[in-house]
Amino acid sequence: MAEIRTEALSHVYSAGTPFERTAIEAVSLAIPQGQFVGVIGHTGSGKSTFIQHLNALLLPSGGRVLSGGEDINRDKKSRRDIKWKVGLVFQYPEYQLFEETVYADIAFGPKNMELSPEEVDQRVREAAGFVGVESLFERSPLELSGGQKRRIAIAGVIAMRPEVLVLDEPTAGLDPEGCGQIMENIKNYREQTGATVVIVSHDMDGAAALTERLLVFNEGRLAMDGTPEEIFSRPEELLAMGLAVPRPTAIALALKERGLELDGPVYTRPQLKAAILRAWRAREGRAGTC
Amino acid sequence: MDGIIQFEKVHYKYPEDERESLRGLDLSIREGSFTAVLGRNGSGKSTLAKHMNAILTPTEGRVLVGGVDTADESKLLDVRRQVGMVFQNPDNQIVANVVEDDVAFAPENLGVEPGEIRRRVDAALKQVGMYEHRLHAPHLLSGGQKQRVAIAGVIAMEPRIIVLDEPTAMLDPQGRREVLSTVLRLRREKGMTVVWITHHMDECIHADRLLIMDQGQIAEDGTPAEIFSRVERMKELGLDVPETTGLLYELRQEGLDLPLDALETEACAEAIAQLLR
Repeated sequence: MAEIRTEALSHVYSAGTPFERTAIEAVSLAIPQGQFVGVIGHTGSGKSTFIQHLNALLLPSGGRVLSGGEDINRDKKSRRDIKWKVGLVFQYPEYQLFEETVYADIAFGPKNMELSPEEVDQRVREAAGFVGVESLFERSPLELSGGQKRRIAIAGVIAMRPEVLVLDEPTAGLDPEGCGQIMENIKNYREQTGATVVIVSHDMDGAAALTERLLVFNEGRLAMDGTPEEIFSRPEELLAMGLAVPRPTAIALALKERGLELDGPVYTRPQLKAAILRAWRAREGRAGTC
Repeated sequence: MDGIIQFEKVHYKYPEDERESLRGLDLSIREGSFTAVLGRNGSGKSTLAKHMNAILTPTEGRVLVGGVDTADESKLLDVRRQVGMVFQNPDNQIVANVVEDDVAFAPENLGVEPGEIRRRVDAALKQVGMYEHRLHAPHLLSGGQKQRVAIAGVIAMEPRIIVLDEPTAMLDPQGRREVLSTVLRLRREKGMTVVWITHHMDECIHADRLLIMDQGQIAEDGTPAEIFSRVERMKELGLDVPETTGLLYELRQEGLDLPLDALETEACAEAIAQLLR
């Protein structure tokens, strides 16, 4: 697959009824193969509607979604094929586990792709390897911890070998250790397969540290599109949209209010630490010359 | 002095589990305090919460709420009246089609007379800032608004204690702020006892006491400033520290003379600015 492109994509829910609501409007962008993209925006900003268009789960009310130059909604077959190419992991995917064993749950997707049993088996093992759940194959998903269930649900999507992996809030509700593991698994999948990853997150710190590009949705429109460095160098705009900034950026802003302007972009802790140390050494140097 | 909630050598084992979820836990919670509870998944913190209003009762030891033993089934209503619970998923807690009916549900069940219910529902909705939404349909509200309605439902019972089990886990940052500031205000204005269970380190910094759960026991007990200052210990327990503490800790290792207990963003920036001025 080459790239995913949206052209003036719009979506209106309950069109023609009193509940009509425009969720996204005129979104045009291209995501090249292999990019790690974060999607941010507060609840109701349109970000979940946007990602559901990436694998034809929703039909555009206006505009088009293209994959490798072809309209993914051109016919029934293309709408079906895109589901294998673009794997979507919903919020709280562990609620969708239903098989009796972990193995059967991960195998559900590839089985539906009408692959040979050997191929299904290989894919299940490979997907389980990515998220580190091979030792749990015979267990019932219901008896596992929240973090383990989440990883199994993600393995179920990875087993379809999607070229684009889209995840809606994959770390919500997990403890710091669980969050770290899942983000590590996703990073490995991308590095080893060259897949595109699109991740919706409220966690600004994680989005800042991991992604190459951020899409900021506000009131149904693509309000900002750039590298984390570009986006987080405009913290005042994010705050005006009711969004949080990464915590290191918030500390840098509080320092700025106190007349201490740090040089360079600050959206991760190593950056903040380095900038403070530079300011400190500059001051120590000054003190030394007095 | 006895606390309003008292755990005495409490053990609990879920029937389907081999290991105990609570292992001989002692705890006393003072009336009017704000206690935050942190711990990794599976540490026993939800099990602890469920013992506070007799959803679970100990397999060994006892829990007293306002002096009443939670295992005494004849006093169950008494315990539930004193302790209101708010859970993680707001969608599982909504029972009615109109916000104010939802808030009235619990006092109706307690047999409160209609005029009094009206007064309590209005007061509770005002306290959580949802009065203007009283005639809305709950399912059309945001996650943070739904949780505030759930909190109003609890306040309408006029309990002495409110226990919140990861109330912000499913919310976005704005919803998290709404819910936390609502609870902080309730505590300030009504003097309610609050037990706040969470994964988010940043939500604990306003508590007067922080408990860390690990393997069914209380591993640490102190003020947030005391506990978060012990960065290595927190990592050992599979937890993190607030961004402020983490930064100050790393800067101290570089030789900067900074305190570790500046937990809030503003306090942290002030300490750094003072050093660099």
